[in-house]
Amino acid sequence: MAPCLTACSRTTPAAMTELLQYEFMRNALWACLLISINCGIIGTLVVVNRLVFLSGGIAHASYGGVGVALFCGLPPQLGAAGCAIAASMAMGMISLHAKHRSDTIIGVVWATGMAAGIVLVDLTPGYHVDLMSYLFGSILMVPGYMLWLMAGLDVFVVAWAFLFYRQIQAMSYDEEHAQVMGVPVQGLYFALLGLTALSVVMVIQAVGLILVIALLTVPAVIAEDFSRSLRAMMCWAVLLSMVFTMVGLVVSYFFDLTAGATIVLVAAAVFFIFRIILGMYKGWRARQ
Amino acid sequence: MENPLVAVHGVHFAYNSQPVLEDVHLQIRRGDFLAVLGPNGGGKTTLLKLILGILRPQKGTIRVFGLTPGKAARYVGYVPQHTNVHEVFPITVADVVCLGLLPHRSWWRGFIRSDEAAVRQALERVGMWKHRHQRIGRLSGGQRQRVLIARALVNEPELLFLDEPTASVDRQFQSEFYDLLKTLNASMTIAVVSHDLSVLSSHAKSVACVNKTLFYHDAAELTQGMLESTYHCPVELVTHGPLPHRVLKDHPCRHD
Repeated sequence: MAPCLTACSRTTPAAMTELLQYEFMRNALWACLLISINCGIIGTLVVVNRLVFLSGGIAHASYGGVGVALFCGLPPQLGAAGCAIAASMAMGMISLHAKHRSDTIIGVVWATGMAAGIVLVDLTPGYHVDLMSYLFGSILMVPGYMLWLMAGLDVFVVAWAFLFYRQIQAMSYDEEHAQVMGVPVQGLYFALLGLTALSVVMVIQAVGLILVIALLTVPAVIAEDFSRSLRAMMCWAVLLSMVFTMVGLVVSYFFDLTAGATIVLVAAAVFFIFRIILGMYKGWRARQ
Repeated sequence: MENPLVAVHGVHFAYNSQPVLEDVHLQIRRGDFLAVLGPNGGGKTTLLKLILGILRPQKGTIRVFGLTPGKAARYVGYVPQHTNVHEVFPITVADVVCLGLLPHRSWWRGFIRSDEAAVRQALERVGMWKHRHQRIGRLSGGQRQRVLIARALVNEPELLFLDEPTASVDRQFQSEFYDLLKTLNASMTIAVVSHDLSVLSSHAKSVACVNKTLFYHDAAELTQGMLESTYHCPVELVTHGPLPHRVLKDHPCRHD
């Protein structure tokens, strides 16, 4: 059972050490670190391959899977993951064959998945897990076995990005040239979509499906500005993501706020401050 | 006679049932310098993408080094048209050129010392070695085009395809660039897609005029009729060298 958070709103430094005594808090902090590894790597590829909208579609369509799972009495995470992968493959096929229509179709899949999920939850008799934890995340209720699943996905994503780095770089920079150079662009593209789907389901744990796009893209977009390689961008994005999620989590604990939304606000605040400073710096350089 | 490096036979291609190429036949022989000319939207780039295996023909066959398109990556270099994609992509000039070496690497192998030398040579050829550590997005359009040319050369291809290679480079580099192509032509076969006639006047050994259909001309002799059948209107020619400097045609359009 998750302890009630409203009881703990003390803000003394001693509370920091106390905070680590709770198992749910330790699990949440571990989840932040594990999610960040994935978020940084996949988020970077989502940003440079312009898959942001598609990832939003995956996140919302995955709720359809939650509905199906509840209706059939299966674990909701399993339904979400299955549905996310199916949606990502379908949207990938469509954007491959009808590029100019892909945004419309992603929008339709986005809404359909979400609506199907809501209706299926309605149709399921009895008490069910609250919708809110999928919409806004439930990082304080991450069970131990979920951490192991997250770690497993991290290992897989890191290995994939490491082994196929050159090919991924070639595809992301110039898809047609990569194809001419014999890179199996289609296979890589669908692999990326599949991993994006699994990552989205994992990140939903932390910030919920409405805010997942922010955590996937904000660290990567900040990193993009000062990285000179895809590898550097991934590493910076992982680091930034770790800082955002952990700072957001601790702040939400002390001020008794929703963790997912606080994490996203921390990321957004850093993003805007970074942009303003960058703009000022560029203006200053131009005047020199 | 030796087999042609590229053999295009009876190729049809349409975008959304809008025909772009019809019954196209073409052979590119070893050592050739082919200029592919034609108006914008006439299908030049489409033909190139078919030969490179980026697009698939709806009808007809294409062979590159006797293989299906896309299987001969090791022997092919490609300079695409666009230079503005991914302004902010995090990649340095040297890393972009490295991408041209991909066909020589098995998927798990990293890059080795001799690659560094190859990258350096390719970048020096286009005068961009001093920019190697810069991010590609920070360069001007012309500089970026040079880097893309280096990326195609680093592979030491036997067959080099260029799509509007001088579209965004400055005048000075343009003539330097065509001289470079002429030097390269001694060891590799070249096909240049362009709507810029100065290419064929100075260097091309053969000409393919593409406007839905393809007319092939073995030597780069510019006959007025041949160009008009492609452009469907009189053509103004500005050339260098032995040909007249400026030939202006002012008689009315002849449609065929």
